[in-house]
Amino acid sequence: MKKKFDFAKYAPIFALVILFILSSFASPYFFQFKNITNILRQSSYTGIIGLGMTFVIISGGIDLSVGSLVALVGGIVILLLNYFGGDPMAITWAILMGLCLGLIMGSFNGLIVTKGKIAPFIATLGTMSIFRSLTLYISSAGEFRSASDAYPAIGSGYFLNLPIPVWVFFGMAIIFHVILNNTRYGRYVCAVGANEKVAVYSAIKIDRVKIMTYALTGFAVAVSSIMLSSRMNSLSSSNAGVFYELDAIAAVVIGGTSMSGGSGTIMGTVIGAIILGMINNMLNMVGVSPYLQGTVKGLVIIFAVLVQYKRKNN
Amino acid sequence: MDNINLEVDHGEVFGIIGENGAGKSTLIKIFSGIYQATSGELSLEGQAIEVKNPIMAKKLGIATVPQEFNLIGTLTVFENIFLGNEIRKGMLLDKAAMKQRTTQLLNELNSKISPDTLVDELSVAEKQIVEIAKALVYDSKLLIMDEPTTVLTGEETDVLFSRMRSLKEKGVSILFISHKLKEIREICDRFMVLRDGKQISTDMAGEVDEHEMARRMVGRELTQVFPAKTVPQDEPALEVKNVEVAGAVYGVDFRLAKGEVLGIAGLMGSGQTELAEAIMGIEKMKNGEVMVLGRSVHIRTPRQAVEEKIAYLSDDRQGKGIVVNFNIPSNITLISLKKYARGLINKSKEQKSARKFVDRFGIRAASLDYELQYLSGGNQQKVYLSKWMDTQPEVLILNEPTRGIDVNAKSEIYHFVQSLAESGIACLVISSELEEIIGLCSRVLVMQAGNITGELTGEDINEETIMLYATGLQNTGQTDGATIQ
Repeated sequence: MKKKFDFAKYAPIFALVILFILSSFASPYFFQFKNITNILRQSSYTGIIGLGMTFVIISGGIDLSVGSLVALVGGIVILLLNYFGGDPMAITWAILMGLCLGLIMGSFNGLIVTKGKIAPFIATLGTMSIFRSLTLYISSAGEFRSASDAYPAIGSGYFLNLPIPVWVFFGMAIIFHVILNNTRYGRYVCAVGANEKVAVYSAIKIDRVKIMTYALTGFAVAVSSIMLSSRMNSLSSSNAGVFYELDAIAAVVIGGTSMSGGSGTIMGTVIGAIILGMINNMLNMVGVSPYLQGTVKGLVIIFAVLVQYKRKNN
Repeated sequence: MDNINLEVDHGEVFGIIGENGAGKSTLIKIFSGIYQATSGELSLEGQAIEVKNPIMAKKLGIATVPQEFNLIGTLTVFENIFLGNEIRKGMLLDKAAMKQRTTQLLNELNSKISPDTLVDELSVAEKQIVEIAKALVYDSKLLIMDEPTTVLTGEETDVLFSRMRSLKEKGVSILFISHKLKEIREICDRFMVLRDGKQISTDMAGEVDEHEMARRMVGRELTQVFPAKTVPQDEPALEVKNVEVAGAVYGVDFRLAKGEVLGIAGLMGSGQTELAEAIMGIEKMKNGEVMVLGRSVHIRTPRQAVEEKIAYLSDDRQGKGIVVNFNIPSNITLISLKKYARGLINKSKEQKSARKFVDRFGIRAASLDYELQYLSGGNQQKVYLSKWMDTQPEVLILNEPTRGIDVNAKSEIYHFVQSLAESGIACLVISSELEEIIGLCSRVLVMQAGNITGELTGEDINEETIMLYATGLQNTGQTDGATIQ
């Protein structure tokens, strides 16, 4: 009943491989190194957020506010940057403060969910609106423009031929993977998501565990936002991060993490994010209308959940 | 499962007993259409039948009262009874007809529950009546009851039995599955013993005594179910003074010595669970003082209780005790995880510790990696016990420690408790099974309506005396004595 080869468990990897093969047939340009690194870069923005989201979803929650938070944090980092001057020291400070802001806003989500006892969907729906509106207010619905020459070096920079955001994505993935699988905290997250009552009775401080999942997500959002805003050295208050929450959640779900909580993997989320990036890339290359791309993405998400459901019933 | 033959007469109550994993559940799932038999045949009233799915079973007149209730709490009684089988008038629901039929069904079961009550507002026993009524709405010929008395008190069980007898008179046949051998003798005409998927025997229930039943279930002579009682030490381990919990416990005092096995008896819902959970820092303690090993402690969270060396096995193993999709080591180390982690969890240390408990408590699983959901109730309970023993407690509180586990595993748990007591751990056993309290404890407190009404030792620890206190008859000015009816 147990040792049989569990196809569903490796389904994301198979999907990735199949997609990879399909894509290389679909377009001769797909296999070019530049295209591959492009896909990885595109995946990394929502992928980084997905890493945090994996924790939130495993613990039984959801965070819809991440897209708006991308805009808020990115905007404020650029404002700080301009205020401090724009030299490397100023950039460091602005980034540190941006990361703190992400942590704080994430914790704020966590506090509403735990201490306020409001369903995560509703709580973060509320903050999603709040974060976006604050961003629009601060910028008068315009664009945040950085005056720094050095800031773009982060988002557009390369290290060993790979874009920096990709390195950051993979680096964070490894750290988050270790946190989830090899630390007390990771074990507690799974326990809380699997059965909250059992966690309470097992002397686990569940509020703290849950708040930290949102804080981690807020942190990941801040990182993603810095990558994104530094790439363009500017950020649109109305467009930045729109629908990122959906892509991040989709990456988590495609990666096999159960929406009902209790189990999931960081590895899966990484693959999920890359699958999404690859689909976008392939559809662009073969010239599918951008308006139809959402349909394909939607079908992939539904299929992923279907496989998950089948797995649970076998 | 292999080669099982059984025949149930009209109006017969037929018992099925066996250890967990003996095949009882599989057998009834074949009757109710959830599983298909690979060979063999079923017939009903002389007609060969095929039961391909649960709906077919219901239409044929085979109804199951499940162990875990399948009722929807936010719907009313009649809505639950007719769920999926609604009476309609044209496009609309005929609520009047459904209510009337519900009242009629409940009357037949001698119950006064109103069809309009929300199921959430019913007691466990009442919910069970609703389940039975739901089963009978299809005009059932065969009613399958899977451990229906596990959640009932003694009195409620008596009421259930009288209802079963009246169904019997109407010609309904009942398959009755239970762990409680005494009940098999009391209510069944005949019974069958299953072991490892095989039919061991079928006999008249009156002709076989409980000891023999147990022997057949286990397949060998049971070495004494209860071990010899240990003698407590003098030193107090846990002292509880004037503990109050709003709406549940009204001023409870007791003292538990090192190495003592102290029982708390009483009808279910008399405040035992709230008392234990207040000590653990789960329920809010309105008033009172707790001392551990002579020191006054203030426990407001379970974590503080763990630090004060108190352990608590709740009565709801799957709901509050173990994580069913975690494997054995992850469950065992969940509370004491700090021991295994210096930054990162040392998984080989975890495995080693789990292996130790698997050997110590005889946990049967093919691999440590098995998720708890694949283990039997008895083995789950042993993992649950290991989980708390890994915190090295001085005080061990066990709430219904053997609920839903088979005779053999029960006996093992009793031996563990006794040997833990011998090693100096103070054990508090809360149980509504009198036999367990009597066999295990050297001193017994009886709770009734949130108070301790009596303290019994020695010869006084017997069913009659406990029941006198549990129903409030033997207490000063607490009751008018009507509750015993």
